[in-house]
This record gives sequence, structure tokens and C-alpha cells, in this order.
Amino acid sequence: MKIRNPKELEKLRNKLLANKDPQKPCITVCASSGCVALGSKRLVDVLNKELKERSLEKDIDIKETGCHGFCEGGPLLIVYPEEICYLRVNEKDIPNIVAKTVLNHEIIERLLYKDPATGKTIVKQSDIPFFKKQERLIIGANARIDPSSLEDYISTGGYSALAKVLSQMSPDEVIGEIKLSSLRGRGGGGFPTGVKWESTRKAEGEPKYVICNADEGDPGAYMDRSVLEGNPHSVLEGMIIGAYAIGSNAGYIYLRDEYPLAVTRFTLAIEKARETGLLGKDILGSGFDFDVTISRGGGAFVCGESSALFASIEGRAGEPRAKYVHATDKGLFDKPTNLNNVETWANVPLIINKGAEWYRTIGTEKSKGTKIFSLVGKINNTGLVEVPMGISLREIIFDIGGGIPKDRKFKAVQTGGPSGGCIPEQFLDKPVDFDELVELGSMMGSGGMIIMDDRTCMVDVARYFLSFLEEESCGKCTPCREGILQMREILDRICQGQGEESDLETLEQMSQAITDGALCALGSTAPNPVMSTIRFFRDEYEAHIRDKRCPAGNCKDLISYSINQATCTGCGACLRACGTNAITGEKKKPHAIDPAKCIKCGACIETCKFNAVEVS
Amino acid sequence: MKKKLKEIIKKYGSNRSFLVPILQDVQREYGYLPREALNILSQLIDVPISHIYTVATFYKAFSLSPRGRHQLSLCMGTACHVRKAPQIRDHLVRKLQIEPGETTPDLEYSFNTVNCLGVCALGPILVADGEYHGQLTITKADKILKELEKKERTTKKVAANEN
Repeated sequence: MKIRNPKELEKLRNKLLANKDPQKPCITVCASSGCVALGSKRLVDVLNKELKERSLEKDIDIKETGCHGFCEGGPLLIVYPEEICYLRVNEKDIPNIVAKTVLNHEIIERLLYKDPATGKTIVKQSDIPFFKKQERLIIGANARIDPSSLEDYISTGGYSALAKVLSQMSPDEVIGEIKLSSLRGRGGGGFPTGVKWESTRKAEGEPKYVICNADEGDPGAYMDRSVLEGNPHSVLEGMIIGAYAIGSNAGYIYLRDEYPLAVTRFTLAIEKARETGLLGKDILGSGFDFDVTISRGGGAFVCGESSALFASIEGRAGEPRAKYVHATDKGLFDKPTNLNNVETWANVPLIINKGAEWYRTIGTEKSKGTKIFSLVGKINNTGLVEVPMGISLREIIFDIGGGIPKDRKFKAVQTGGPSGGCIPEQFLDKPVDFDELVELGSMMGSGGMIIMDDRTCMVDVARYFLSFLEEESCGKCTPCREGILQMREILDRICQGQGEESDLETLEQMSQAITDGALCALGSTAPNPVMSTIRFFRDEYEAHIRDKRCPAGNCKDLISYSINQATCTGCGACLRACGTNAITGEKKKPHAIDPAKCIKCGACIETCKFNAVEVS
Repeated sequence: MKKKLKEIIKKYGSNRSFLVPILQDVQREYGYLPREALNILSQLIDVPISHIYTVATFYKAFSLSPRGRHQLSLCMGTACHVRKAPQIRDHLVRKLQIEPGETTPDLEYSFNTVNCLGVCALGPILVADGEYHGQLTITKADKILKELEKKERTTKKVAANEN
């Protein structure tokens, strides 16, 4: 089936909507990587079997959707039209769900969300506190559509922005609209998208390229994966609109190979768009041609950097180059290239449909719209949250995220990936936007928010990021290749209790040198995690250096394990778990750890149900 | 091997700029990048072997030596790190007696660490033969290894019976 012009698209949309019975029961199951890991594929199989056995296949729809964001409660299942939301669903629950909820409108209390504050259960997904403060403009659609179905996307208004652009707007008008919206790049830099588009359009040289950067490498960030898996057409539509505005006929998406499901779903989206004439030659009868090629990444973090990404697409090692020539002038194959991140592209159809003026009403003065964050680490409601720019860190972490598990104390939130920093408690009421986070010594980055509690050692966190970057440094420039290594070795010593008073000063000096001397952003921002932890958690560094003590009880060389004789019940669980036979004791009598044999692996803590294993 | 390689290259229109995906497909076919395959590839797409090696050694996804029958990937992303992934890594290193990135001498297990699989909500994560195991603990990791061993024994038994 070909859609030859905007009118036919509208006709198709109306037909799809007319054929849809909103009262027909539909069971949706989240089929994103997270829920799949928790067994949601199996749920769908069992559901299909159950409906078949009851001969209900025609009366009840089953839909596999993208990520809803509430990953903590996965696998997630929703029964429509009532929007009954069931969490942590097991395949054994399926017959009950069909018999009771779908056929008899009975609610199974046990599977509902239980508000820890009030103890009350909540039926609808949208009423769960986690969702209430969010503004889900981009990921909201994930829960409603089947990512493998173009029809689903079209019936929710998909490709109407593209139709509008191709039939009613000139490329300059499109750029004007994006500029007016003040959309800034969601990959981390926050560069004004419209300005970038304009520079590429005006640049000399043909052909021009449009690229989607889907090399989401920041550890702790997975919003791009979820958008690509859950709503691939929204990204594709954004890219086609951008290509039209810039005057490009060829696009690439550089997608991590570590995201196999995203690769599958985006490949399918491209194929379907091509079949229907939304991609390829003469799109929607406008005479405009554009096509997209998928380039799978090779597992190198540095390839998220634009010039390294180009090198990788060109079939070379992903080494960056100095940036005195902008990618908008000479990018991929030395041609004018416009690179935007997944989430940026997904914002485009929204802005075109609802208008730049509307978009500007969301967010802060200099950061407009919403941002998706992945809330992970030591937090109760792990998952993806989409919030208007300007919301406070406290609202995100405590109101949406539900605070820290086991009532432990919040210590810091790490944002901006390996280029960012750790923000301590005293700044929790600061609004979140591009500029505020930079002022706090961190940055927005792609949107990972890793929450740390009092058991997280900040020196170890700094060391973690350095060893991450040491491994990912491409090795081209000396400040990055050698500097990061040297800094990591100093931090290793500090964590081992062999730090010296002068180390902090050396670290600060080296940070400055690397920031000034490195070739690309990977290197120049590498010292950020160290600088920000020294700035806000100097006392922890000093405890390691002066007192040879790790206040968080994390650094192996500075801690010892012991068993509390009063709380140990002598159940023997730790004794069986210990891999080095360091634990001894008779049954039903308190056990003991032999420090000479103990390697501090933590297996005993993990198995002890009575919190009797103590770290000091 | 030449025929197989030609098939792979054909998908990409013999375009040398597709070297990374071509190598990914070669690796998928053979489990690693055999030296012979790289030599043939160099002739087929007219790219110097030195360049192919630059690319093959630059990207973490490629392996120049055969990998084990079972692939274990442990996520070391920040979210997994703060939830004790390093302890699990140390445990697996002790248990398998290989460092991350290595393969056991009997070619049973390849163990590597990855920098974030994007399933942070379920951290720590171990991917064993393509299957994701979330909220990992040392005890859970041991169980997964045991199950792989068990599977191995059954397949060997079936194979022996068939013979």
C-alpha cells in the first residue's frame, strides 16, 4: 500500500480510527528490553495460548508496547478500556487476569501498585504517583502503540507533521519554527537545534547528510533505547522533516549494536515507511527524496562524539578530530552534516504539530520543553521519567522516584555520565535545566541520573568513571590517554589507603591540564567527576588519605567484615555462601569470620537475612 | 569461506565504508574474526589488511581469537556499579579463573564486561548466551553458571546418544 499524498494519509488515519472500537478489551504488555529481561515475552505467549483455549482471540486484542518507564514494576501489563495496571506480572497470573479482570471486570488487588505512603492500592497507571508529576510528551505514546505497527503510529497522529511540512511549509519556515521553539540538543551539549539546521542548510557542498546519533553510551542512561524501541517512527519522522528543512537526501542512524531490539524495531520502521512511500523517492507526492541507512556501532563509547561517529560510519577507527572545522561544514565524508540525538529528533514532529509558541510555554527561560531522565541506582522507583525543564531535583528524586530504598540517606545524584558530576543534597531544590546543572559542576548529558546513598563511596565513584574513560579513550591524544591513566592510578592508591596529602592538589592540576589539552569532549570533560567529588566531598577523600578509612564502607582495603554475635542466629547461610571458607561456627550458634581468609566479596552480606554481617 | 564472505559483502554493495557492519556479520558467522577471513576480505573489498586490523582492534565488539561456547557479559554501567557489580565481577573472575575479555582454555566460557547495556533499572545485569539476568547477586550468578553447565551436560549426553 502506498500513501501518495497528505490527503491519502488523512483518509487512512480516519479509516483506522473508525475501525477501532475503544470499548474492545485490549491487554497491553510492555515489550521493551527491560521487561523482556523480566520475562514479558513469555507472558505474551501464555496470553495468546490462554485466549486461544477460550476461543477469545477475536474478542480481545493483545498488544506488545514500548517502555512505559516504570521499570521497577516490570513486567507491566495493562487491561483496557479500564486502564487497569498490573505490576510484576507472572505467567501464572495470566489465566486469572483473563477470567477475572478482562471477562468479569474484577480487579486483582495483589497485582496493583501499592502506595508505600498510604498503603492504598492504585488501579490506573496514570494515578500512580510516579506518573503524576511527569509530562510525557515524548514517551507517553510508548504505552499506547505497538512499535512494529505503522498503522498504530499513524492512528495516533503519526506523520501528520511530515505531511504538514511537505505540503504547507518551506524549508526556511521549518527552520524558523524550530528556531523559535528554542529546542536544544538532547544529547548533552544543549546546542540550539534550529541554528544547527540553518548552518547545515547554508553550508556549501553536496550532498548534505542528516544523522541520528543513537550511540547512547553514557552508563546509566537508556532513554534513547526506549524511544527507539517504543516509538521508532517518531524519530524517523523527525529525521525526514529535518532532512527536508536542511536539503538533504541521505540520512544515517548510528545505532549501538548493544541494543539489538532497537536495531530490529528501527529496521522494521524504515522498511514499513519505505513500503508506504513515507521514505524514499517522492515522499507523499512532494517530489522530496530521502532515505535512511542504519549503521551499527562497534561498541566504542567515543563514537558518540560527532567526528568519531563520522569516522566509524566511513569504515575507519572511531577517532575524533580537532573541531576547528564544524561538522555542519565538513562532517561525514567531508560534506555538510547535521547530527542530532534520538530524543531531539523525536521532539521535532511534536513542535511542528503543536507549534513553537506552545512548545515555548514548557520549561525554563533558556531550556524549553521536556527532558527524559533515567532514574537509576539507589532509588525506589527506578525507571524513565519525562519532566518539564525547570523541575527541581528533589521533585524528581523524592516525589517521582519515591526516595532512597531502605530509608537510607541520600548522598548525591550523578548526572551527565562520565562527563558530568555529582550533586550533593544542599542543591536538591535547584531547578534542572542545561545551564543550572553546569553551574553545579555537572551537566545535563543525555539524561542519566544515578542516585547514590550513604553506602556509595564518592572516591570510588570518581575512580569508576576514570577507569571507564581510560578504557574508552581512543588513544589519539596524549592528555587523555596518559592523563586519565595517571589520575586513575592516584585514585587507586587513595582507595587502597596509600594516598598522600599532596594527591588532591596533583589531581586538581592534572584535571586542568587534561581539560585544556585534550582533543575532544571525552578527554576534556573526563576530570569532571573527580573535580566535582573533590569539590563537594573533600572530607571523604581526606578520610581515605589521612585516616585510612572509607566512610561508606566500600573500599576493600580499608574495611573489615565481622559478624554481630548478638544478631547472628547461626543459620549457616553465610557459611555455605562463603567461597573461601572464612566463616566458621556451629549450627544455631553465632558464627565468626576469619579476617585472614576473608576476601570481602560480600557473598555473606547478600545471604544474611538478619543483617548480622557488619562492615567497619 | 570465500563464498560466505562474498555473500556478506554483497549485502552492503561491496562498499568499503561498511567495514564495521561487514566485520560484525563475519563475527556473527564465525564467532570471531578468523585471520583467514580478514585476508580474503582485504582482497575482496580492496582495503589494506593493516586498515582492517586497525578497525578490528579498535572496536570492543570484535574478537581476533575464538570465543567460548558460552558468552557471559557483565554490565559495568554506573547504576550496576553502585549496586555492587564490581563484587560480582571479582567473583566471576575467581570462579572462571579468567580476566574479563578472556576465554577459558577449554573454550567453554568467554567472559567480558560491558559499559552499560541500557537496562539500568534491573542492575546489576549479566547476559548469559543472549539471555538477560537482572538484579544479580553472587548467589544468582553461581546458579546461572550451574545451569549453563547442566545444559552443556545434557546436550553432550544427547549428542553421545545420537552417536
